[in-house]
Amino acid sequence: MSRRASGLRAWLLQRSTAVYLGLFCLFLVLHFLLEPPTGVEQWRAWVGQPWPATGLMMFCAALLLHAWVGLRDVLIDYVRLSAMRIVLLGLAGAGLIACGLWFLQVILHVRSA
Amino acid sequence: MSAIRSRPVFLDLLKIRLPVSAVLSIAHRATGLLLVLAIPPAIYLLDLSLSGPEGFTAVRDFLKGPVGQSALFLGLWVLLHHLLAGVRCLLIDMDLGVERTVSRKSAWAVILAAPLVALACVGLLL
Repeated sequence: MSRRASGLRAWLLQRSTAVYLGLFCLFLVLHFLLEPPTGVEQWRAWVGQPWPATGLMMFCAALLLHAWVGLRDVLIDYVRLSAMRIVLLGLAGAGLIACGLWFLQVILHVRSA
Repeated sequence: MSAIRSRPVFLDLLKIRLPVSAVLSIAHRATGLLLVLAIPPAIYLLDLSLSGPEGFTAVRDFLKGPVGQSALFLGLWVLLHHLLAGVRCLLIDMDLGVERTVSRKSAWAVILAAPLVALACVGLLL
């Protein structure tokens, strides 16, 4: 992943995910302004629908990729000790993957209920 | 190696004056890091709000209380700062606003707009 997410590819990944994240945030804000969930049933129903669920899972994937490229850049720039850098990169990657699985579980749990 | 080590280093942070666009660039990184740290609490709130009626009301009451409102405002400020700085960065990638006076103005616009839009969002959403 580290090699794949480097140079031009990382630059492009960072920007393409940024565009999706920005547009989806705008969509979420507009949606909640126009149609705020009034109760848990309505909220669960919205999240469980195919389109919002897909959009949210894509949002999560884009967010984690975006965060990974950014964290990787920051760690490579500021952590000079290579052993420390490798440990921190590993922790960051593991933490992001854990967040992704947690999010997936939350969405799929709503879908299956 | 010794020649490299003996180079003069000027790192008096109180005397270094950076242009506003450089400050924005550093803030873009700092807010990015903060947003990564906000991912677990955000998923926790989402999970709780979807868990059932008690969880849903707990999250809603939290977000309407003083602590939740402050957290929401600060979170939105950080998010909007990062988002708007990112949009500015994309525009500069497309050769829009590269010129120094314009880029400094747009940097100031991002710094000022982020807390104002965050405040408006908190006011409108709840």
